[in-house]
Amino acid sequence: MNRSLYLFAAIIGSFALSCSALVIMPKCQLGGLQPQTVEDEGKIVDIYPIKNVSVEKGRAVYASEGCFYCHSQQIRDEQNGTDIERGWGVRRTVARDYIFEKKPYLGSMRLGPDLANVGSAKWRNEPENEDPNYKPAKRDAAWQLLHLYAPRTVIKISNMPPYRYLFETKKIGGQRSADALALTGADAPKPGYEVVPKPEAKALVAYLMSLDKSHPLKEVKGSAPEVAAK
Amino acid sequence: MTAAALAPTPTTAAPAHAAPSAAQALATERAAIDASASGPVLFFFGNAILWLLLTTVLGFISSIQLHSPGFLADIPFLTYGRVLPAYNNALGYGWATLSGMGVAIWLLARLCRVQIKLPGVLVTGAIFWQVGLTIGIIQILAGKSTGVEGLEIPGSAAVLMLFGYLLIGLWGALLFGYRRQAPAYISVWYIVAALFWFPWTFAVAHISLALPSVQGVVQSLVAAWAMQNFLNVFITAIGLAAAYYLIPKVINRPIHSYHLASTGFWSFILFAGLTGAVRLSGGPVPVWLVTLSIAATILLIVQIVTVSTNLILTMRGEYHMVYHSPTIRFTFFGAIAFTIASVIGLLASLRSVDRVLHFTFFQSAQTHLLLYAFFSMVMFGAIYYILPRLVGCEWLSSSMISLHFWGSAYGGGMLIAMLAIGGIAYGSALAEPEAIFSQVIQDGAVYYIAGSIAWGMIAIGHLVFALHFLLMLLRIGQPGGEPTLFAPIGEEKH
Repeated sequence: MNRSLYLFAAIIGSFALSCSALVIMPKCQLGGLQPQTVEDEGKIVDIYPIKNVSVEKGRAVYASEGCFYCHSQQIRDEQNGTDIERGWGVRRTVARDYIFEKKPYLGSMRLGPDLANVGSAKWRNEPENEDPNYKPAKRDAAWQLLHLYAPRTVIKISNMPPYRYLFETKKIGGQRSADALALTGADAPKPGYEVVPKPEAKALVAYLMSLDKSHPLKEVKGSAPEVAAK
Repeated sequence: MTAAALAPTPTTAAPAHAAPSAAQALATERAAIDASASGPVLFFFGNAILWLLLTTVLGFISSIQLHSPGFLADIPFLTYGRVLPAYNNALGYGWATLSGMGVAIWLLARLCRVQIKLPGVLVTGAIFWQVGLTIGIIQILAGKSTGVEGLEIPGSAAVLMLFGYLLIGLWGALLFGYRRQAPAYISVWYIVAALFWFPWTFAVAHISLALPSVQGVVQSLVAAWAMQNFLNVFITAIGLAAAYYLIPKVINRPIHSYHLASTGFWSFILFAGLTGAVRLSGGPVPVWLVTLSIAATILLIVQIVTVSTNLILTMRGEYHMVYHSPTIRFTFFGAIAFTIASVIGLLASLRSVDRVLHFTFFQSAQTHLLLYAFFSMVMFGAIYYILPRLVGCEWLSSSMISLHFWGSAYGGGMLIAMLAIGGIAYGSALAEPEAIFSQVIQDGAVYYIAGSIAWGMIAIGHLVFALHFLLMLLRIGQPGGEPTLFAPIGEEKH
């Protein structure tokens, strides 16, 4: 009987240990993280991160399509890989970057590039000295929509599935829609038709374009805020 | 206490000098226990195999999509981003959990020498579990998952699953409480630990998902912790419980050392639950957490060594049994896979290795090593052992078992090897900052194609197994008494 008491004590104790070490203590340590503020003469001149509720719809599409099974949203430092040299970010990401995300899409697999900073103008996924003919044009919203609809039109050997069901093909009535995709060749619709993004695709792209975790943070070496605190 | 007293069951083959009437009484008792367990255990196994077939289809689809990204891409509910989580959940909560619970309940009844009362409760539990799981998987495919890797099933469905689990777990606890065999055998320790750990982990994880105050990377940590506990505590414990029972039982000798087994268990229970943060190694989480988890992973070496030594030494001189006994062939394969999976898990947790292999399919290779090559193979072995005792006839065809082994061992082995080698190749290529990302992914196609071929082999194995199982349910098999063997064993029996 004593033996099974030991057994129960060990099982309950070990679970309590596991739960406190990996759930409760991190919650205590990180649960109270606040945005970083920079004050200048008593006035807050800079605050990061900022809660962005306008892209919640796009976040939901990102989750529902399972984008995070192939795309991570975390940048590792120079000692832990080539993320920064690759142009995916300028600094590693830290816990504070994610405080306003109920469910951060950190990801565990990279079948596609990291997207933590994909909305930043500096983001690139090709070597800096890449042949300009091959280098994609600026990755703006129109580029992202085109890439979602037919990835291989913009990245020749892309392994991303096309998300055509986030778009609709419709007859051009009078004037061409402003957001119709500029498709050519095999991907182009029949003459007289155009491909336009559904609201989901627009929301998703708005979310992607909002992703930027490159703002300087004092806990990340080499990226201290430009405005000195005081 | 002597090691013999703690042999998997004291009833195996009664010593030659024992009175025949005592042996007979034990045989009658075993038959009565098996009869009481047969309803729910058959229900668990049958449903587990249906989930296994669904898993095979989903795994196959997601594997093809890796090298042909356009495959089924126009059908929203069959796109890679939805099929992959559906596959993971069907594999973990469908096949693995149900087969594991079936084996656990049967082992508890046998090892505690208690008949199962009101088996309907167990069946009800399994029904609730599966209704919840089915709703959850439909929601994932419909694009309504929670969006948290490893905890995709929405809360409402998870509640049904948890309720079903609690019915099963409670019945398991009652079997332990009313046991007539003291002290408990090592398998019982592992099962009791598994039964306890799972619902708490599952509940804590889903509650934290629902709590608005749990935000940011804490949420990711909880998910990593829950995934790791499911695989490295719950699944591993049930697999080891079955291996510790089946190998000595079929070989017909007590386990090599009870002290080793017990040391292994204590180190397992202490360290395995602390390893979760390795999944976020290098990520935006406090460094001490990852260091703690790496340390715990390294300390698990005590368990790896003790379990492996023990199981291998128990087989000492009887290795030829892998040529004869299907149960031993599958279970011993699983035991070896456990050792390999654990050693690889240890090496991959080291920062210098993780730096290269994080974010690659190497992690998937590790998961499949543990969940398929170890756990599922042991479960197959257990089902080959248990089923004849529940239906009263032996497996119809040793060639079908052989074909199943071929598909699962070679197909599964090839899949894991491709994921691992592909992962290493990918990780090393990306370590070079000048490497063009999409080219590196493209270069992996050869591994993904080989992976799909492996899936084809696995599918053949699973189909044959499912058909064989169905024949057993219909009582189409060899007459009961002597187990179906790959090849006859001289004078020996088991």
